[in-house]
Amino acid sequence: MKKKNLAAWLMAGAMCFSLLAGCSSQGGEASTPPASQPGSEASQPAENNNNQGGGEAVVVKVGGIGPITGDLAQYGTATDWGAKIAVDEINAMNGPVRLEYRFEDDTGVADTAVAAYNSLKDWAKDAPLVIYGTTTTQPCVAVSAETFNDRYFQLTPSASSPDVTSGKDNVFQMCFTDPGQGTAAAEYLKGAGLGSKIGVIYNNGDTYSTGIADAFAAKAAELGLEVVATQTFPDDKTTDYTVQLNACKDAGADLVFLPIYYTPASLILAQAKQMDYAPVFFGGDGMDGMLDMKGFNKSLAEGLLLMTPFNASGTDERTKNFVEKYQADHDILPNQFAADGYDCMYAIYEACCQIDGIGSMDSAQLCDALTALFTGGQFSVDGLTGSGMKWLTTGEVSKAPVVVKVEDGVYVTQ
Amino acid sequence: MKKINKNSLNGFINYGIVIAAFAVIQLLLGMGRLSNSLQSLLVPACCYIVMAVSLNLTVGILGELSLGHGGFMSLGAFSGITASILLQGAIPMAPARLAASMAVGAVFGALGGVIVGVPVLRLQGDYLAIVTLAFGQIIQNIIMVLYVGVDSRGIHLAASKERFDLAADGTAIIKGPMGAVGVTKLASFTAGFVLIMITLLVVQNLVNSRSGRAIMALRDNRIAAESVGINTTKYKLMAFVTSAALAGAAGALWGLNYSSTVASKFNFNTSILVLVFVVLGGLGSIRGSIIAAALLYILPETLRAWDIAEYRMLIYAIILILVMLATNNERLKILVGRVIPKRKGAAGNG
Repeated sequence: MKKKNLAAWLMAGAMCFSLLAGCSSQGGEASTPPASQPGSEASQPAENNNNQGGGEAVVVKVGGIGPITGDLAQYGTATDWGAKIAVDEINAMNGPVRLEYRFEDDTGVADTAVAAYNSLKDWAKDAPLVIYGTTTTQPCVAVSAETFNDRYFQLTPSASSPDVTSGKDNVFQMCFTDPGQGTAAAEYLKGAGLGSKIGVIYNNGDTYSTGIADAFAAKAAELGLEVVATQTFPDDKTTDYTVQLNACKDAGADLVFLPIYYTPASLILAQAKQMDYAPVFFGGDGMDGMLDMKGFNKSLAEGLLLMTPFNASGTDERTKNFVEKYQADHDILPNQFAADGYDCMYAIYEACCQIDGIGSMDSAQLCDALTALFTGGQFSVDGLTGSGMKWLTTGEVSKAPVVVKVEDGVYVTQ
Repeated sequence: MKKINKNSLNGFINYGIVIAAFAVIQLLLGMGRLSNSLQSLLVPACCYIVMAVSLNLTVGILGELSLGHGGFMSLGAFSGITASILLQGAIPMAPARLAASMAVGAVFGALGGVIVGVPVLRLQGDYLAIVTLAFGQIIQNIIMVLYVGVDSRGIHLAASKERFDLAADGTAIIKGPMGAVGVTKLASFTAGFVLIMITLLVVQNLVNSRSGRAIMALRDNRIAAESVGINTTKYKLMAFVTSAALAGAAGALWGLNYSSTVASKFNFNTSILVLVFVVLGGLGSIRGSIIAAALLYILPETLRAWDIAEYRMLIYAIILILVMLATNNERLKILVGRVIPKRKGAAGNG
């Protein structure tokens, strides 16, 4: 008995250890940046900057929420890392406003997101707080209801459902809405002449996917596009898509629209190749990130079209600079989530700079001032995902969608 | 003075613990000493306590493994949300509407329990685990395609968006994969406290009754129990449906604590999480379930204070493993037994 016990403890210890070891080697890239993340450490150098500059910078706390663990972790980490680069740049400028940044994990679950939001409220007792997030839609709907009641300004980089903003004056989006994207996709396909018979495969257990697919179907019917097959799958953990692909193939679809995230999409591409089915694949911004997937054969994505507001191989100075910093820190190319996060920080910063008397404001007053500014029609921001971005009173962003094609493993703007 | 039965004494201690915890938290709330973060965890923690206690009735006291407790919670949540919106006109007072919604949630949970229980509890072995696992998935998938709304013409129910024709003045209550959005928050900590007390009242009185003894006899030795004339299906169903009804009520409270709820929240992971609370708290120990659910639900959130970012969930998992090992460690048990000699006998029926 005793020996058994000892063995059990040893095993448990070894398991814990291997878990830790596995994580630290894999998370090495991930754990270097957080050194500059948490409030206390980040504020130290910034305060020094302040003293040197001599100016009295107003501190605004930006609390981010998104999944950095769990199934959706890649989206949350991208929005976090992108935002951090912007915050470091902004604080290095010694402007009139200084951002203090903290990111909380919500694992992509609504109730955890609300808990994360409340812990951010605790964190920001001494300075006005702006909520940045959440990254994913379903938690964002829950959190935006809370910020609406508590009066915190909220800007989400990537939660794209209209439910996020509807009925809440204080919530704004940096990304396209799902219906907006579906409509834009149908309009693009009408003009582009890529295929005459369209098949659609989407995840009917997901708000994002369903939102785009529904709007696409409505707009396609209106524009007279011929949708020959509409196939669904229940969640992103599905591994076999041959049924859906066969249905599209049998219906003679020469273009398949995939308003889904890249994990299932990568499997669809691989399985289509296996069954010698080669239509044009067209996706939404959820496809972005596929090329950086570990173990993904990039040749599968050759010729894939997707709508994304950000192209990491863009040539303008700001994009190059951002991509360089991002790669230096994390060894991978930034995707649009990172770029949206970066733009969110600049939008918050530039808006805060335009507000008079921000120094004496609390969170609720700042929320009202920022809301008035964002919906005023005069305020616009230039960023990585668009220039002259403005916001409608509904909270929706207005910027032009961009379609890119994968050629030789990189995006080429169409 | 009549000697108090040991079991009822144990029960009174449980009430005492819950009432004391409620009083302390109310006091802290009154003094403004409770952080926002903890405040937001009060209601969900209450829900999980009720979930754990009710699952303990199935797993610990009836001795049948159920892996679909989240499914009953889901039924309760969505029926409770629907009821709260439909009753908006009839019952304007928020606490009364909450109580009515929770009752509706309990009824739907119980219905689900009957549907699953009647065919399955006649069988022996692990069938209940398999069927409840499937049940949880089925509920999730049904709600994902379910559209429910109300307008001037009445209630609308559809299994796809195309067939869901709601008038312009109507309110959509459940919108398929988007779940229930725009829910008015009715839940309060007091309601959670009352629900825990009701749960304790129901479960403890059931366990200490004639029926409860029959249920435990079934757990310990089915053949012996049947030989003395205990109706297996009846008592199994009694425990299982009670457990499902309480889970439904907890679900309704949960649903009315957030402005939006999606079906995927109540997936297999939620069921397993509740099972983890029950197992770590001790099978059959009501008090263990209460304490384990409360502590383990709040733990990952309090870990945020450590600034460990993505390691938070890893540390949570390690703590779970360590607790599991520690509670099953013979030497530790002997050590505790030496310090508190009474525990030896009392362990097992808390």
